[in-house]
Amino acid sequence: MPLSNIWVVAEPSNGSFTTTSLELLCQARTYGATVSAVTWGEDVASLAAQAGEYGGAATLYNVGALGGALPGVPVASAIAALVASVGAPDAILIPTSYDGRDIAGRLSARLDRPVLTNVSGLSDQSGLVTEHPVFGGSQTVRAHFTGEGPGIIVVRAKSFAAEPAGGSPAAVVAAAPGDLGSTGGATIATSHVEERVGPKLEEAAVVVSGGRGLGEADKYALIEETAKLLKGAAGASRAIVDAGWVPYSHQVGQTGKTVKPTVYIACGISGATQHMVGMKGSKNIVAINKDPDAPIFQIADLGIVGDVHKVLPALIEALKARG
Amino acid sequence: MNIVVCVKQIPDPAAPQSFDAQHNLTRTGKLILDEADTFGVEMALQLVDKAGDGEVTVVSMGSADDVGGIRNALAMGAAKAVIVSDVSLRGTDALGTAKVLAAVIKRISPDLVLAATESSDGYTGTTPVQIAELLGLPSITFAKSVAIDGTTVKVERQTDSGYDEVTVALPALVTVTAGVVEPRYASFKGIMAAKSKPLEVLSVADLSLGAETGQAGAREEITEIVAAEARTSGEKYVDEGDGAEKIVAFLESIKVL
Repeated sequence: MPLSNIWVVAEPSNGSFTTTSLELLCQARTYGATVSAVTWGEDVASLAAQAGEYGGAATLYNVGALGGALPGVPVASAIAALVASVGAPDAILIPTSYDGRDIAGRLSARLDRPVLTNVSGLSDQSGLVTEHPVFGGSQTVRAHFTGEGPGIIVVRAKSFAAEPAGGSPAAVVAAAPGDLGSTGGATIATSHVEERVGPKLEEAAVVVSGGRGLGEADKYALIEETAKLLKGAAGASRAIVDAGWVPYSHQVGQTGKTVKPTVYIACGISGATQHMVGMKGSKNIVAINKDPDAPIFQIADLGIVGDVHKVLPALIEALKARG
Repeated sequence: MNIVVCVKQIPDPAAPQSFDAQHNLTRTGKLILDEADTFGVEMALQLVDKAGDGEVTVVSMGSADDVGGIRNALAMGAAKAVIVSDVSLRGTDALGTAKVLAAVIKRISPDLVLAATESSDGYTGTTPVQIAELLGLPSITFAKSVAIDGTTVKVERQTDSGYDEVTVALPALVTVTAGVVEPRYASFKGIMAAKSKPLEVLSVADLSLGAETGQAGAREEITEIVAAEARTSGEKYVDEGDGAEKIVAFLESIKVL
């Protein structure tokens, strides 16, 4: 059965959709189905233009201003109400993000429909077939929904390209969340932004990441300096984020950011499954680790078996000497 | 302050992983308490301690042949445990798991439910929020700090650019990251005490659940498992003072420098 309707949950961020949302809009468009987007916020005029330009979407459902509420409950509630009023689409695509995962979980339970997460690829084989990297990305699981739709699919960042393909702005249609009952109420009191300098981790051509092999929090300065000299961004493994050495916004991996830079330099990172999934798509990988058997070397184009405390200062000197 | 912590016993993540013929994760080896769950257990113990009354109950689903991981949570200080174990649950998906755990939690009716953001074997990451929806509870996910002020829970929730301070009235569900607290090691006294703490094993019938769980209740299936496009390793050198030079040469070869 050909796909006839796909909805994309498109997350707003400062007047634009997030990059992963744009990737999903573009991918949804390739199936020849009618694409609709769902978003939230007060002023969605620029989002309506993006929904048309990237997804060829005719309709942008707007849940409206959330008044500081976390999006999970109201957005899922509004989508469930839409399913009841206009009928279920074949699939609902949701970006892998904090709020995206909340929306997916809420919607799944509310509609009593299954959810497939960590999706890194999609194909139409008389219905959508999902791809999931497992075991550190060494194997790929392919899966599909067997029951009545809509299937809820949560897709990882950078699984698809985001290129505008032209299209007039989508028509904005209000989609009210309705009565949230006892599930509503989680409200953001204040937001804290942890400033970082240089290019964004997800967009940098060079990413230099540090792990537990650095030994102590102060040594992360070596990572930051190397990244700066290469005009790149500084990343981190989950281990040192959990240890409180660097803010969460630096984390690369399953529960952090997915990066695909021109070169990824892993320093003192052994290469746990959790980490590899987030950086395996890098064009080139350089690894520095004391342990010659560290799994990171299996995917490194250049592996240096050595002490990061010696190699990094020497690299910093060499880069400085080049000016 | 009564708190339920959802926990999972998983195969040792350091051991090689594989799928069985039914495309289920092989769980023949020893099972351990998912490290991701130790943070929720610790957080719950600290919150109950601070409140001055109440207790921590751990709730789980899976094989009860080996309950070492559950005993570990009891040894840390949880008062009791409930595990739903039934051969018919093999192949249960995330939503089915949420239905089972929600049915158990409903009986306990706690003030707060804690869970990890995701397990370290399946990484689905939706079960806690599905539980909240099934129980009609509000939820705050990705907590890097949790505090209780009267009948309100205050959470620092991770965001892409930092964190938000989010509040909600109890009862509620919160998922915690590994950064939330430093889990304690079970003491010898705790390990001894855990042996006599209540550990209730329930079946699917005990919870009046049926067709929605197990492989039959899962409305998605794995069609195939294939080797991913392999990344081959390149050159590997032991640093003899020339490691940095080699990196510079490599960066030049790919035109980053």
